[in-house]
Amino acid sequence: MLHRFANPTRFLRLSAALLPWTAGLTLILLIAGLFLALFGSPADYQQGETVRIMYVHVPAAWMALFCYSCMAGASAVGLIWKHPLADMAAKATAPIGTCFTFLALVTGSLWGKPMWGAWWVWDARLTSVLILFFLYLGYMALHNAFDDPTRGARSAAILALVGFVNVPIIKFSVDWWNTLHQPSSVVKAGGPAIHPSMLTPLLLMGLAFTTYYLWVLLLRLRAEIVAGKVRAVRLRRAHG
Amino acid sequence: MDPITSFFHMGGYGAYVWPSFVITLVVLGALFANSLSFLRAGETALKELQDEDVATEDEASDEA
Amino acid sequence: MRRAFEIMRRDLRLALRQGVDSLMAVVFFVLAVVLFPLGVGPEANILARIAAGVIWVAALLASMLSLERLFQTDYDDGSLELLALSPVALELVVLAKVVAHWLTTGVPLIVAAPVLAVLLDMDAQGFVVLIVALGLGTPTMSLIGSVGAALILGARRGGVLLSLLVLPLFIPVLIFGVAAVDAAIGGFAARPHLMILSGLLIGAVALCPWASAASLRQSLE
Repeated sequence: MLHRFANPTRFLRLSAALLPWTAGLTLILLIAGLFLALFGSPADYQQGETVRIMYVHVPAAWMALFCYSCMAGASAVGLIWKHPLADMAAKATAPIGTCFTFLALVTGSLWGKPMWGAWWVWDARLTSVLILFFLYLGYMALHNAFDDPTRGARSAAILALVGFVNVPIIKFSVDWWNTLHQPSSVVKAGGPAIHPSMLTPLLLMGLAFTTYYLWVLLLRLRAEIVAGKVRAVRLRRAHG
Repeated sequence: MDPITSFFHMGGYGAYVWPSFVITLVVLGALFANSLSFLRAGETALKELQDEDVATEDEASDEA
Repeated sequence: MRRAFEIMRRDLRLALRQGVDSLMAVVFFVLAVVLFPLGVGPEANILARIAAGVIWVAALLASMLSLERLFQTDYDDGSLELLALSPVALELVVLAKVVAHWLTTGVPLIVAAPVLAVLLDMDAQGFVVLIVALGLGTPTMSLIGSVGAALILGARRGGVLLSLLVLPLFIPVLIFGVAAVDAAIGGFAARPHLMILSGLLIGAVALCPWASAASLRQSLE
């Protein structure tokens, strides 16, 4: 199973077939989600129009965690089975996850200013997401710090796995500590606690971000494979 | 207030709502552009290398 | 087990021979703390309020300073390879080196901390908890730091990179360390925070040697 996708040439063909689909899906979902988020949904009776920020903030925060989990998973596969494509997937995921984490922090700030009266508060959820952001930066820095790319990949993979302890902390921080950040209202025992008119745009944006992740991941993976080929050709030349 | 102005006004929170959406789209767009240029740069470099290979092979066959 | 003890003794001997190195961490610790009254101003009530945080942050930075050399010298002169080939499990080697590192840098910090607390006019109620919290926190930081120190072997700009990797992981220790001292000063129970710090230490003892050993192994391949 693994070896069917291990072959980069096969992956290049598969990804070429998938790319237009992910691109199209992303655009359709994004347009539908944005339309519902900005026009087709009511203002919240407590938060007013600022609730619309949630339609980008919450999916971005989901993706920040999702990307890190994917990165850690791919790192584990890369470490255990020495699978080159898994290493590349982990490396390609890092910048995407960084962007989503950054967006979650910035949009959260823009929501916090009118609602809490401060751009930033030091509660458990915000602090642990900030740590996640630094973990992403550290991962990328470590990846690029070695002359030998496989050493960089393996060191960074170990870091990704060590940093994974942060993910459950972020996930449950609002339940463990009674902090300012409000608890999850979508994933909850007994069904989501928000009205379908708000849930629909939220889920659409979440799906759009997921397909965006797949789309850019495929692009970056292709780029990594091509860059690897260029490096191999140059190396062969140098050794004549 | 006409509907369009009130839409941009966002109940007084326009200064917070619009930047969030704009920043999100800009960051996602920039990441996509960066990934695409990364791919294109690799593809052109590979193509150049392959063209050089073909050229040197041609020279070799000419000499033969 | 005896071999692990020998490694520890060797590291301790090496550290004592170049005594300046471990002293440097303490000097840095004292200097960093002394900067605060100069920067924030000498009002006693403000200093007393921030004392716990300042001491913890300075301790965190000081214990990070000497981390870079935890494996670096052994890596450079090849003795790390010998240690990896020896029959002792690499995890145990890591643990021995971490204990040596803690004894040479962590313990001096704990000794210096009460003096600095007096300088910052910290409430006397917090002293015992400060020492206990540092006693639990500094070994945790040495353990977490060993992972970072092992990861950066052979990397470019290792020192800066190390701080980027390790500081985010130190944050939980900092949060609960300061919370424990502040609770004691405020007349609340410090126990829950100290329990969490012990939990962090136990978790670090269980996980960090494995991660460090794994990264040491791949750096030697």
